[in-house]
Amino acid sequence: MAFNTALYARRRRRNGLAMGLSVAATVFGLGWLVLILGVLLWEGFSGLSLAVFTEMTPPPGAAGGLLNPIIGSLILTALAVLFGTPIGILAGTYMAEYGRYEKLTSIVRFINDILLSAPSIVVGLFIYEVMVAPLGHFSGLAGAVALAVIVIPVVVRTTEDMLLLVPNPLREAATALGMPRSVVVTRVAYRAAKAGMITGVLLAVARISGETAPLLFTALNNQFWSLNLNAPIASLPVVIFQFALSPYADWQKLAWTGALIITLAVLALSIMARVLAAQRKMS
Amino acid sequence: MQSGGRESVVDVALRGGVIEATLTPSRAKVLDRLRVGDKVFRLLTRAAALAVLGILGGVMFSLVVGAWPALQAFGFNFLIEERWNPVTERFGALAPIYGTLVTSFIAMLMAVPIGLLIAIFLTELCPLFLRRPIGIAIELLAGIPSIIYGIWGLFVFAPFLQETLQPFLISVFGNIPVLSSLFAGPPYGIGMLTAGLILAIMVLPFITSISRDVFEAVPPVLKEAAYGMGCTTWEVVRYVVIPYTRVGVIGGVMLGLGRALGETMAVTFVIGNAHKVSASILHPGTTISATIANEFTEAVGDLYTSSLIALGLILFVITFIVLAIARYLLLRIERRIGA
Repeated sequence: MAFNTALYARRRRRNGLAMGLSVAATVFGLGWLVLILGVLLWEGFSGLSLAVFTEMTPPPGAAGGLLNPIIGSLILTALAVLFGTPIGILAGTYMAEYGRYEKLTSIVRFINDILLSAPSIVVGLFIYEVMVAPLGHFSGLAGAVALAVIVIPVVVRTTEDMLLLVPNPLREAATALGMPRSVVVTRVAYRAAKAGMITGVLLAVARISGETAPLLFTALNNQFWSLNLNAPIASLPVVIFQFALSPYADWQKLAWTGALIITLAVLALSIMARVLAAQRKMS
Repeated sequence: MQSGGRESVVDVALRGGVIEATLTPSRAKVLDRLRVGDKVFRLLTRAAALAVLGILGGVMFSLVVGAWPALQAFGFNFLIEERWNPVTERFGALAPIYGTLVTSFIAMLMAVPIGLLIAIFLTELCPLFLRRPIGIAIELLAGIPSIIYGIWGLFVFAPFLQETLQPFLISVFGNIPVLSSLFAGPPYGIGMLTAGLILAIMVLPFITSISRDVFEAVPPVLKEAAYGMGCTTWEVVRYVVIPYTRVGVIGGVMLGLGRALGETMAVTFVIGNAHKVSASILHPGTTISATIANEFTEAVGDLYTSSLIALGLILFVITFIVLAIARYLLLRIERRIGA
């Protein structure tokens, strides 16, 4: 038996090259994560102090904090979840419980998946056209609605997926006991899918808490303390945008600190969502 | 979970049936109420599902209405006109469209091979105990808000490129005919190349995670048969895994492309916002989303605003088509794996 050693050597070399490249690519990919988080922690932590959470955004050259944008972001996020989640859950419920085999469901699923990754700046333009232009002024409410439009597809997707995982015998048993469909859904299916549905909402919050583009021309920005939802309201991402592009060193410093706060919040939310999802799988 | 579920069914049945029946005077009344509640709930969920379609319709409709004045004033020329002059109110979308395509192309050029290689590493080479942590770390990259990439790109990445990669490219390709115009000009730091590279980092996790998911769905028998014949890992990936999952991989790539085309904040920071079509990728340019983000609140006059909305319409149509193709391809691979 004569082995073609040259062929073997070539195949082994080629394999070694491809595998070496894939290891290098992974190191490269993880390297960016380390680099970005490293710089962020370095720049952000050095600016972190109590004043960041207790003082308003300063004029250039003065000391100040990020209190009004932080509160503004919290309000906008809370309202967006409040508006978006019920619609998302109900739509997901229809797709998984009532219309599982209907044509409408597959159309909605297709469109929803597209909305899931549609450019968020277009959502901003949409809300500008329907809420800001007719009313004639920017408002926090418009910002919250714009974020809600981004929340809906995320929640629809996870709700449907999680409800589809609920074993059918549970529904059949409940129906056999004489429960009407709506009670089966709300008391049995929702309860079984609860962890997954909460995961979906957490992911949606993580998604919108860093969104800037839809807020630029809906909620706009506000240098001052304002809780009026009918007026422009400050939000963390928009303030970061404005401060980072400014020529003032203290504004840029605050932008880094704000970026750190957002990133930590988003990472915490997505890790929480993961833990919740993992618990579900284990039990 | 199973036993907990069953217990709660019994609980609910007891509460829902027995208690209500004993506490309310008429059983028929309760049943009636339930029947109405059932119908209302069904209609409510259906309305919500239709609302999702309504959002898409609303976005489309409002953009067309908003863009109408500009489309009427400039017609088809809007797409091929480079001039963007707010003072004389002459607007053309060529520069932003060009910038969007160029930056996305650079991004895909880098992110597709690297994303696929990471997916190969995760499914074929990685020790089991590292798979989950590395997978999660790559997905965390996807979770970082785009404005973070933007601020990092502006303060860290652009100055770095200005001092290292860009002078290098200029000096290396300076004397080669075609490439010299592609890499011409002073190293600005910001520009289309920088924006494209940041986009690459942003779409990398999307491509990686979808490719990994479809790679993992390849039936082990197929791979084992190939290994049994003496194939190397690379040969298994090249001749078994990739052909089997091709549709899904392309779907994942298109999904990443959809993201890259529409990405706003990361690009806005580093693109330079210059309404010019320049051959050199080192020059500042602009993209559709960056133009809208930079100029919309400052736009004076109906035609200016309308032109920006028309840009948004173009972006929405392009990304809609790309994403629709992506979803269609992913649906196809799902069906195939499910079957």
